[in-house]
Amino acid sequence: MRRYFLKKISIYLLTFWVAVTIDWGIPRLMPGNPLQVFLLKFRAQPDAAKYLQAYFYKAFGFNEPLWKQYLYYWDGIFHWNLGVSMFYYPTPVATVIGQHIFYTMGLLVPAIICAYFVGNRLGAMAARRKVLDNSILPASYLISGTPYQWFAMLLAFFLGALWHLLPESNAFAFGTTPVWTWTFIGNFLEHWILPFLSLFFIMLGGWAIGMRNLIIYELESDYAHWLQMLGSPARLVRRYAYRNAVLPQLTGLALALGTFVAGQIVTEIVFNYQGVGLLFFNAITNSDIFLMQGAFLLVIIGVLVANFVIDIVYVLVDPRTRVSMMGAEG
Amino acid sequence: MSLRVEGLKIYYRTLYGDVKAVDDVSFTVDDGEIMGIAGESGCGKSTLGNGIMRLDGRMRKVGGTVELDGVELPIGDDRAMDRLRYKELSIIPQYAMSALNPTRRIRTITRDLLKTKKVRYSAEIEEFRRRLDLVGLDEKVLRQYPIELSGGMKQRIVMVISTLLNPSLLIADEITSALDVSTQRAVGEMIIEFRDRGYVKSVMVITHDLSILAQISTTILVMYAGKLAEKASADTIINAPLHPYTQLLISSLPEVGVRYEDRVLSGIVGTPPSLLDPPEGCRFHDRCPFAFERCHEEPPFDEVAPGHFVACWLRSKSSVSADAAAAAPVADGGEG
Ligand SMILES: Nc1ncnc2c1ncn2[C@@H]1O[C@H](COP(=O)(O)OP(=O)(O)OP(=O)(O)O)[C@@H](O)[C@H]1O
Ligand code: SF4
Ligand SMILES: [Mg+2]
Repeated sequence: MRRYFLKKISIYLLTFWVAVTIDWGIPRLMPGNPLQVFLLKFRAQPDAAKYLQAYFYKAFGFNEPLWKQYLYYWDGIFHWNLGVSMFYYPTPVATVIGQHIFYTMGLLVPAIICAYFVGNRLGAMAARRKVLDNSILPASYLISGTPYQWFAMLLAFFLGALWHLLPESNAFAFGTTPVWTWTFIGNFLEHWILPFLSLFFIMLGGWAIGMRNLIIYELESDYAHWLQMLGSPARLVRRYAYRNAVLPQLTGLALALGTFVAGQIVTEIVFNYQGVGLLFFNAITNSDIFLMQGAFLLVIIGVLVANFVIDIVYVLVDPRTRVSMMGAEG
Repeated sequence: MSLRVEGLKIYYRTLYGDVKAVDDVSFTVDDGEIMGIAGESGCGKSTLGNGIMRLDGRMRKVGGTVELDGVELPIGDDRAMDRLRYKELSIIPQYAMSALNPTRRIRTITRDLLKTKKVRYSAEIEEFRRRLDLVGLDEKVLRQYPIELSGGMKQRIVMVISTLLNPSLLIADEITSALDVSTQRAVGEMIIEFRDRGYVKSVMVITHDLSILAQISTTILVMYAGKLAEKASADTIINAPLHPYTQLLISSLPEVGVRYEDRVLSGIVGTPPSLLDPPEGCRFHDRCPFAFERCHEEPPFDEVAPGHFVACWLRSKSSVSADAAAAAPVADGGEG
């Protein structure tokens, strides 16, 4: 057991190191020096441009040898000092991300979890009744086959722009500032519904289809046949099938949660929702190198943590993992 | 009389028509009898066993009756059968080694199964342990997951769980085919032991391995292409078979331990007919070295000696009387 986890942890550390190194290398390998492009904006104020250039060269350590730049970068990561955003200058990257991540989290985590539970239930139901299978399955394929920006735009257009049932833009009303008052929370929730619904429906189909196929596979397995041969009620067979089918789905859930920090760029753009997705989009379109780096770092950490969690969860819920683990231990 | 099967027909529905895998089959299995079922691959052995146990979505009962201990089994009614399954009749399936849910402990699987029959696990645990011990398993397997056990261990566990409620009839499908010779013997002895101790009243053993039948079975039923060819005591089938197919099956087995599947096809020319559209008359006639005119009619499964049934015009009591002029001389000649 110990050896298994030590091995896992060293693999994760290695992956983290490689990923961070790539993250560090990207702006240095990017064609057309994004820093110069950025500084062009300050042509009219040569003083500011000069100051900024000096600042960024120092921050990047462009004057230092490469290995020192690399070490500075790691030092920054450990102190959660990711540099200063160019676009939101002079706010530090960590602060900018911190301001946006709350909205993304509030939107995506509930959407992912609700879609996961409802989708799995629907899939399991479809797997057991022909009538439901003939309705849920095509509907799921339709929803998950629809380009999701399209679905989001339909919602925004009809429920928002056309019928004015719900606000279709921003995370809260223009001109208000985020504070912990009931008015603001109500306002926030109102703005939350449409992007939440569009995300929920987009993800629902995938979970339902996956679950249906997994359950059908389980119901055709030998253990299910034997239980039926011995006259077990469908309830028991379904319970076994569901519990086994849910295991692969858990991996999907962890990955979905792990990548949530990257936001749902398209949805956030459609609803102009100020989450991390929109932030990254702005970072890329504005060549905001530090912000991009911070964003990638967040994705790296998210994915690695999710994978690590799923590794542990699997050991707890799936005896097969435990056994192969013991085997590895010898 | 434990089991009485009368005119049973079980067909598979397919796109091309019905596959007549079990076609008008009648036999009985007595209390205490261990009946082996032999025959080439695809002749309908598993269909017969599974069909009595549970018709899956593709199988259809076309006709016939099955009676267990004097009560007719509601073969076509899945719900009604559920009440009898496991308690009155049980099965060790052909896939016994993968029949246990990989993510549940043996004890959980057993507890869940017993609960569906309204039997408390705690009431059976002592007996369960005793029987595991009998088949050479330590009680610690109860806490283990199927993946932690070898194929042979899983098979023995399935054997013990299947028979825990002392069913009247046990159907054992290919329980020795994946085992080495000494383990085969041991499993064979367990079947006898289970019968002797009264865990099961009678057993149907389906196998490719005639030597295991010689070891454990009281009687042997030989099937050919969905029909019964011959049934007699194990001794008679092995030493004095009457049906030409059985004779070829046995003679193609020079030594014990060789499975007829490996050999028989070289011994008997040709291949079994398609069950989608089986030939009229005796289904063996295009491969039978003794075939004659009469064989275009279907031979009855007659009792030619007490407890010895044969479906062959050469042996039929009615062959002389009914169609004396044409058939009898040739039949006698063939018997020679
Ligand atoms: N699901 C199915 N659909 C159509 N035909 C089937 C199906 N299952 C079996 N059959 C056919 O029914 C016949 C009998 O099959 P069965 O499995 O009973 O044979 P068997 O005697 O048990 O063979 P084996 O010794 O290989 O296990 C075969 O000809 C087979 O092709
Ligand atoms: S009935 Fe005819 S074809 Fe069939 S086994 Fe007897 S002799 Fe051969
Ligand atoms: Mg079979």
